[in-house]
Amino acid sequence: MNRPATAAAPSGRHAATPPGPAPHTTGPADAPAVPGPAASLLPEVWEDLVTTALLGTDRRTPAGSASGAAAPAALLDAAAAAAVRRRAGLRPARAAERPRPVPEDPRPELPPAAARRLTVLLTDRSGASGGGRRGAAPDLLELLPQWLAAANARGFAAPPPALPALLDAARGRTDLRPAALRFAGPRGLWLARLNPDWRFALRSAPGGSTSLPGPGDTERVMRLWQEGLFAERVALLSSLRSREPAAARELLVTTWATERAEDRLMFLDSLRARLGPDDEPFLEQSLADRSRNVRATAAELLSALPGSALARRMAVRAGACVAVDHTGDAPLLTVEAPHECDAGMERDGVVPKAPAGRGERSWWLGQLVEAAPLGTWSRRLGGRTPRQIVALPVGDDWRSELHTAWCRAAVRQRDAEWAQALLGEPSAAEAGGPGAVSLAERAKLLGTLAAGERAEWVAGFIGTHGLPDAFQLLGVCAVPWAPPLGRAVVDALDIARDAGSYPWSFSGVMGLAERCLDPSEAGHLDALLAVPDEAEDASPGAGGYWSEAFQRLVTTLRLRAAMLAELNPAARP
Amino acid sequence: MTVQGVRWTADQVLALAPDAASRKAGSGLGAAGPWSGAGSSGEGAVWGLCAGSGSTPYRTVVDLADASGPAYRCSCPSRRFPCKHALGLLLLWAGGEGAVPRAEVPEWAGRWIEDRRGRPERKKAAASSGPSSGPADPEAARRRAERRAERVTAGVSELEQRLADLLRGGLATAGRSGYGLWEETAARMVDAQAQGLAARVRELGAVPGTGPGWPSRLLEECALLHLLDQGWLRRERLPEGLAATVRSRVGLPAPADGPPVRDHWLVLAQYDTADARLTTRRIWLYGTRSRRTSLLLSYGAAGRAPEPALPVGLALDAELSAYPGAGQARAALGERFAPPAPTAERPPGTTTALATARYGDALRDDPWLDSVPVTLDRVVPVPDGDSWQLADADEDAALPLTAAARSRPGLWRLVALSGGAPVKVFGECGHRGFTPLAAWPEGPGEVVPLC
Repeated sequence: MNRPATAAAPSGRHAATPPGPAPHTTGPADAPAVPGPAASLLPEVWEDLVTTALLGTDRRTPAGSASGAAAPAALLDAAAAAAVRRRAGLRPARAAERPRPVPEDPRPELPPAAARRLTVLLTDRSGASGGGRRGAAPDLLELLPQWLAAANARGFAAPPPALPALLDAARGRTDLRPAALRFAGPRGLWLARLNPDWRFALRSAPGGSTSLPGPGDTERVMRLWQEGLFAERVALLSSLRSREPAAARELLVTTWATERAEDRLMFLDSLRARLGPDDEPFLEQSLADRSRNVRATAAELLSALPGSALARRMAVRAGACVAVDHTGDAPLLTVEAPHECDAGMERDGVVPKAPAGRGERSWWLGQLVEAAPLGTWSRRLGGRTPRQIVALPVGDDWRSELHTAWCRAAVRQRDAEWAQALLGEPSAAEAGGPGAVSLAERAKLLGTLAAGERAEWVAGFIGTHGLPDAFQLLGVCAVPWAPPLGRAVVDALDIARDAGSYPWSFSGVMGLAERCLDPSEAGHLDALLAVPDEAEDASPGAGGYWSEAFQRLVTTLRLRAAMLAELNPAARP
Repeated sequence: MTVQGVRWTADQVLALAPDAASRKAGSGLGAAGPWSGAGSSGEGAVWGLCAGSGSTPYRTVVDLADASGPAYRCSCPSRRFPCKHALGLLLLWAGGEGAVPRAEVPEWAGRWIEDRRGRPERKKAAASSGPSSGPADPEAARRRAERRAERVTAGVSELEQRLADLLRGGLATAGRSGYGLWEETAARMVDAQAQGLAARVRELGAVPGTGPGWPSRLLEECALLHLLDQGWLRRERLPEGLAATVRSRVGLPAPADGPPVRDHWLVLAQYDTADARLTTRRIWLYGTRSRRTSLLLSYGAAGRAPEPALPVGLALDAELSAYPGAGQARAALGERFAPPAPTAERPPGTTTALATARYGDALRDDPWLDSVPVTLDRVVPVPDGDSWQLADADEDAALPLTAAARSRPGLWRLVALSGGAPVKVFGECGHRGFTPLAAWPEGPGEVVPLC
């Protein structure tokens, strides 16, 4: 824009008229870029009018104008002529630097019905309902994650006009971001660069993003690694790690010695993805790091590598603490917790100081057992299977301590056999109560099992113990729920209704069921929709509310079925 | 396929919603779950039973075949219009054949539709006999008009006096005195039955708060107000077109008595602006045969959506009559010959240079005009500091976006649609810049509403 600083633009921000014959008169805002005395005088004339108007005609008489009582009218006449002349003479401005066009998105367009569905799902976003009963209508925003996952799985491109609403939705909900950004694709990232509200998209850009150099582009990788901001470097490292684990580690080694402690911790953490035996030498070296947190993280990563030297050292230490005692009627596990935390243990990541309220020795024991490879226990404890080991009685109240540590080890080492053993039978009376293994730990253990086993275990659990404790466990099950699990949940809801309680006591499970039940189950639910006759001991009105809740469940399931069908291009006529 | 057989898009259905809460509630009902017995006749009738919290389902019927816009009927007690059930039913219908199949109209729905479709004829018959019995005494009407003109003249003279006082004392004082001064003057103009002047005066009060450069803008607006006053005082000496423009700018009502123009009108934009008293709806239409762009203005009490609702992307076969005054885009909707139906047609576009030229030309007929409707071809939204431009793809020329356009979410839809590539944009082009209202991708694709 080459408007001179002195020219007051009455309003609008159109820029100067380029030189040359113009079809319109040039207004006061036009710059001296237009040659000729009349044109170049105009801005000053306007400026003079504004100054007079600001001060008032009583104090200042414009040059060559009437004075006294006629002055205001004369001023307004002149200003009106100038204003209309300026407006009539407006010309386009010079174009600012144009953004680089979006790279081509090779993904196919959404089928029209799916595009409409997306519009509707995103419309629901702003209107977060102000509390109150949920009624029989489905909660559309909750379906967006599934819709995005399904659209991504089929490789569709997002319709451009939907991107702003999609990015806004992802801004408000961090859990939506990975799927939303993947769906938004290169155009979404391009757009996010233009709007500060959507910065998060640049930070959390997934692996395939265009802003990060590819692994082949060594020079750009090195430059970004050395000169980039912290967030950019973390993104670069994680993206590289997801494609070439070794290259990412080598990149980190090049600057490791000069990084700050907090940064070292974050970078080390990104090695968690695709951790492998090749990482051991570097991690072993990091056990001597200046920062305690870095040392602890390195030790944790090493203990997740059962073949590592650290894991072997831990196995020896832990093994020395636990033994089978055959002196009694039946074999018994005896525990002898360590008496001290020596320098070697400390170097291997054992934290010497116990938190308040915990005995030092049991604290050290827990850490040793957690870090020791589970595979070594069988050999050490008489060739028993994990199930047999877990079934052994434990002497001197060490059972809870020992089993909890094994749980942590099973989760860290993702050992399904041990997890299965520690979970036990879902129908066991103990499984429902406050046993040795808490619900949170059980949920984590379930995470190490295959999807089918997980669903089966939780179905068995619900069959025996009902829904009150099931929420956390359901959350780790694969979506859509396997048929036995789905049926167990529906049966349990039916039982809860017959027991006369209100449905909102189960709103968490209900919500999960809406999102996770297999849509094909909708047909089995019809019988639940009717409002039953009220039993004498039932809570007043509960029947109607239950019917409404089931109505919403069925509606949501149908909606999900429709959603998925729309995304299936083969289904199109 | 019949015109009525074309299903609308979800966006077009949602545009009918009276408010945000209805949009949300309607979206929730746009799934097969609560509906039973839903169907459409292929002649514009859509019906269904929606299970609510009560024991009997609500009966919902929508008649899309009515040339004067969709009509709704629902047995629910909601006072919103259309209610969430009607919106949900239309969304379901928009979703496709699967949820709302072609079917025979059930008796309960058919009765209402027949009843309705019979009614307009009666109304029209009543209306045609109306005007003849209207102003019984033309002499009295003339006297009333004269009295009103006198009052306006008194108001105009008072306003001129106030403007003169203002300029004598200086705008700097006005900047300090805030809204109070202008509100009072505006009230005087309302008393003088000069609504147009009152609205302009009220806007003056906001100018000192618009940031650097306000004295220049305030002087410009005061000067144009003065110009309008002078136009009124000398209206007898103006050419008839300009005199009519002055009368309508001042605020004298006049019937839309232009000859009716029947055309295929594309709905380019529909948007509402609201203040504490009134919701104003603007609908821009483009006639593919007459090549005219016309504006439908309608009003609703605060918080209520004005009628009619014409979703963007539809086209209607109807007659429009222009309001008097040279260079006026405003028209009144006359007879409609068919219900609105989706269309892929687009208005032809022009360049940024010709768009500003068109605004300049229009000022000759109406110097108070803030903007003209324009479709730009092949423009790219370009960030320019804190602001945005629409830049010609093929030459170094660009129109800045208005401040209002910059703060609307539609801006981002436009930018997303373009992705740095040229698009076609319809909007209002004037001295404040360009306000985009609708856009089309360069390739095939539906219109994207931006307002």
